[in-house]
Amino acid sequence: MTTLDKPAPAATTPTPTARRDRPVRRELGVANTLSHGFLLIWGLLTVLPLLWMFLSSFKTNGEILADPWGLPGALHWDNWARAWTGAHIGRYFLNSLVVVTGSVSLTMLMGATAAYVFARYEFRGRQFVYYLFVGGLMFPVFLALVPLFFVVRNAGLFNTWVGLILVYAAYSLPFTVFFLTAFFRTLPTSVAEAAMVDGCGHFRLFFRVMLPMARPGMISVAIFNFLIHWNQFLLPQVLMQGDESKWMLAQGLFALSVSQGYAGDYARLFAGLSIAVLPVLAIYVAFQRQVQTGLTAGQLK
Amino acid sequence: MRHGKWPLIVTFLVPPVLLYVFFVVSPYLQAFQISTTDWLGYSADANPVGLANFKALWRDDYVWNALKNNGILLALVPVLTIVLGLFFATMLAMGGRKGRAGVTGVRGGALYRTVYFFPQVLSVVIIALLWKEVYHPNKGLLTSALHGLGLPSPTWLGDPATAFWCVLAVMVWSNVGFYVVLFGAAMSAVPKEIYEAVLLDGASRFTTLRRVTLPLLWDTVQVAWVYLAIFALDGFILVQLMTNGGPNFSTDVIGVRMYDTAFGSETKFGYASAIGVVMFFLTLSVAVLSLRIGRRERIEYS
Repeated sequence: MTTLDKPAPAATTPTPTARRDRPVRRELGVANTLSHGFLLIWGLLTVLPLLWMFLSSFKTNGEILADPWGLPGALHWDNWARAWTGAHIGRYFLNSLVVVTGSVSLTMLMGATAAYVFARYEFRGRQFVYYLFVGGLMFPVFLALVPLFFVVRNAGLFNTWVGLILVYAAYSLPFTVFFLTAFFRTLPTSVAEAAMVDGCGHFRLFFRVMLPMARPGMISVAIFNFLIHWNQFLLPQVLMQGDESKWMLAQGLFALSVSQGYAGDYARLFAGLSIAVLPVLAIYVAFQRQVQTGLTAGQLK
Repeated sequence: MRHGKWPLIVTFLVPPVLLYVFFVVSPYLQAFQISTTDWLGYSADANPVGLANFKALWRDDYVWNALKNNGILLALVPVLTIVLGLFFATMLAMGGRKGRAGVTGVRGGALYRTVYFFPQVLSVVIIALLWKEVYHPNKGLLTSALHGLGLPSPTWLGDPATAFWCVLAVMVWSNVGFYVVLFGAAMSAVPKEIYEAVLLDGASRFTTLRRVTLPLLWDTVQVAWVYLAIFALDGFILVQLMTNGGPNFSTDVIGVRMYDTAFGSETKFGYASAIGVVMFFLTLSVAVLSLRIGRRERIEYS
């Protein structure tokens, strides 16, 4: 597209298009309504199950059975209380919070330091170690599941939070290292050189200059890792089989769903699910842009 | 930058490498070795049996049944998700093309994008448990809606004839929004003049999508394809929580087979690892194949 002929259509074509304008516009109007219709339908399909879950969490079990589409007669917060304390969802929520805080911090610390070395230092074998990390992106966790179980058990970390934290962090390193290495490479070298001339040491340079400069990238990856770790089910299912009091939220919800089958306490299950959904949705809405960039960047690696 | 760089390299690199090798690299390597043993776990004796596990796999009807289901998922989930994703992304980007040469986004596009993305931030566990309730044969959202309209309702997850399609629908549901955002981001990189020119030439929406948008977004679509293919070969958590492979193995997938073999009633770790190795090669070949088949000339906007 050259700049020469660009203004031409606008300048020379008002008369012919004006004549055709009306039918075209009507056709577009129909298309617009149609597209809004489709978009709206998919929006409803996405929201309805979630909305239903929230509404049902305030209903009595009788209301849920009698009229699934109905609104709650009153706000039965006791469902939430039963889920939070009775089904221990509160405890599992806090457990998850502790583990995910630990694992995201560890991932970010290890990922950032390793990525910084890959991005800024030359040494023999750098390529090899870098590809060793990034190669992990290719493999499904599944393949490692059985041996991982024994590695963790033999290290005495079975049924411990420390074990989970270490494993979460280890499996998040490929993406974190990959993303942050690319990010550190985009940072200008002039600042670092100036700091070195001023006598700044290697460690100080990293913590005082480079790390603050890498903040936007760090935030995106941290949110990405937070969501992945918070939503993790497979790893705790295998590595945290025994001690119920140390379970993660996802395990607790699963147990709640299984027990609901016998107890028939549907409202409690919906309340439990709502408790798990709310904070994640809140974080997403608050950090929407970063979440979407973080997650889509994860896809386009 | 030369003086004293080694202390930093060593302190910064050694801990992550140790962690990674211990928990990631070594299990992967062990998986291949365990797959050639008859190890039943918990005891130390694992006898090398060569390729016996793989031979047994070849004759295992349950594994073939699960593979067949994964195959159907592989054939349908990526196509459906990508078509819907492209469709909605196009609507959002160009739905509001009013008047002559103006290509504008639809009103409220940001809100749609926010909402569509919801399933992506939810845990698969929550999605599975929620949809299990939506499909509930008595109090579920779907059944009661059909009853409300005076229509008979299937038992959804309870019926071998419908259960698989119900799970497939959830897979598409949970992925579409993400690809709407992804394709939307890729579309915003396409110069507007291209669409305006196409519009002036009188191309229909469908032609625009097929002849202009798709070729321009080909790289992104291809990546999406690979990811969805890997997703379709897995599907473990969704299936395990919604149906656990049932009823009558109608929704069984290879991941559930492997998990049951390893951590179910009998702990056949050698056999489970063999399933894992097969999965690994399947995933790898599907990824490589889709990248090869989909290879086209890269388009760059200057």
